[in-house]
Amino acid sequence: MIYFNNVSKVYNKDAEKGSSIALDDVTLTVTTGEFVSIVGHSGAGKTTLVKMILADEVPTSGTVFFESINVLKLKNKELTKLRRRIGVVFQDFKLLSNKTAYENIAFAMEAVGKTNEEIESDVPHVLELVDLSDKMFHFPYQMSGGEQQRLAIARAIINQPELIIADEPTGNLDAINTYEIVQILKKINDLGTTVILTTHNRGVIDSVGGRVITMEKGKITRDDKNGKYVI
Amino acid sequence: MIELKRITKAGFINFSRSGIISWAAVLVVTITLCVITAIILLQAVLHFSLDQIKEKVDVTIYFAVGAPEDKILSLKKSLESLPEVEKVSYVSAKDALKLFRERHQNDYPTIQALDEIKDNPLGGYLNVKAKEVSQYESIANFLKSDDALVSGSTSVIDKVNYNQNKTVIDRLNNIISGAQKLGFLVTLILVVISVIITFNTIRLTIFISKEEIGVMRLVGASKMRVRGPFMVEGAIYGLIATIITLIIFWPVTAYLGRTMTNFLGINIYDYYISNLFQISVIILLSGVLLGMVSSFFAIRKYLNK
Repeated sequence: MIYFNNVSKVYNKDAEKGSSIALDDVTLTVTTGEFVSIVGHSGAGKTTLVKMILADEVPTSGTVFFESINVLKLKNKELTKLRRRIGVVFQDFKLLSNKTAYENIAFAMEAVGKTNEEIESDVPHVLELVDLSDKMFHFPYQMSGGEQQRLAIARAIINQPELIIADEPTGNLDAINTYEIVQILKKINDLGTTVILTTHNRGVIDSVGGRVITMEKGKITRDDKNGKYVI
Repeated sequence: MIELKRITKAGFINFSRSGIISWAAVLVVTITLCVITAIILLQAVLHFSLDQIKEKVDVTIYFAVGAPEDKILSLKKSLESLPEVEKVSYVSAKDALKLFRERHQNDYPTIQALDEIKDNPLGGYLNVKAKEVSQYESIANFLKSDDALVSGSTSVIDKVNYNQNKTVIDRLNNIISGAQKLGFLVTLILVVISVIITFNTIRLTIFISKEEIGVMRLVGASKMRVRGPFMVEGAIYGLIATIITLIIFWPVTAYLGRTMTNFLGINIYDYYISNLFQISVIILLSGVLLGMVSSFFAIRKYLNK
């Protein structure tokens, strides 16, 4: 499904005071339906790697494919279409602050051209799935961190994407909320959606299981089918 | 159509939820529209004053005593056919004498002297008004030519006062032209400054939302879906600012109309009321376009991700 071919990313390549290598010749394949956890310390290159799938970061060299599409060659409209096939969950939630929980999810549906009837029927349903029915008309600032992250997941799954990218989704959450988020992501994966999760939380990896890719200084140092957190 | 409805609705919701930021933008657009309205009114005062001055300028052609009337009327006709000429009025020798007597009715020695002469010592004259002050010179040049000016070998024209007034007319012409150029320049500078300030304020309101714009793009929203509500917000700024500006100028012009009519030469309140529709259209279009175009360009930078 996703293929990274010798991908490198160097920040400030031409700077006199030295450049910073975020990714160093990474080659990686993710197949459909996998749950892939990418682990590593801060600055290991996890976020840079997943941002490249969305073309939110451009590699210095190498290619990134989503199925047969070379992500880096996409024009604006095609990129918009690709992003509609991917759900994204961020550590800092990235919710639209001036929209209610309902409107945040409705916005993602409007973006892909869903009708008002579809929005009115699907949004309450997905909010129920993440246990936020009673917060439907609350703004993000009126919700706890765990609730905001559940809302972000609801937004990510509403259009039934083929891939969910969760970039440190539990980074700002306590243990109970972390557990809940991981369970939701596992459930999504069980239903057939590919999930790529980046984290540096040992507990998360141990409870998820599945494939674990370890990164250090921009390189993949381990790739285990049933891996553990070994940093 | 459904997309347009959603964009419009989102624009209105964003405006109402942005609170003080929206009203700060409205305030800045209002200041810009006040500047534009003030300029419209000042231009009206300037044009009125210049028209008043132009009204006072004319050229008089004095004819020799006993000049044949048919020759004078023929010249009047020729002058009227000139494209530069707005109006030509003829005062006959008899009327000239009558006007002279009226003007000097309290000047006993002059009236007595006239009575003693018995014959009318005054000739008739033509009063020529040009469309523009700058056109008097070409009228004077026409009078210098041979056409219809002579009766036999004698000139029927005694004198043309253009030559005496030439310096004053030229200076006046320069003042009018200078005032118009200066007015245009001041207008341009003020409008440009106002537009820059408005653009930067709207850019600031969009800068606050730059992260959200990025998120919208990441969830797959098209450029138009992201940009549209901001442009609608910009239009709302313009619409509200127009209403506020029109309300502000109502009492302001009423006050100026009461107190400054003698000084300005024009009742600014009457002008404002009689041109309210045109002024409203101008400032509404300026405000809405300014808001929309500023939003369009301000958001561009954050959309290319």
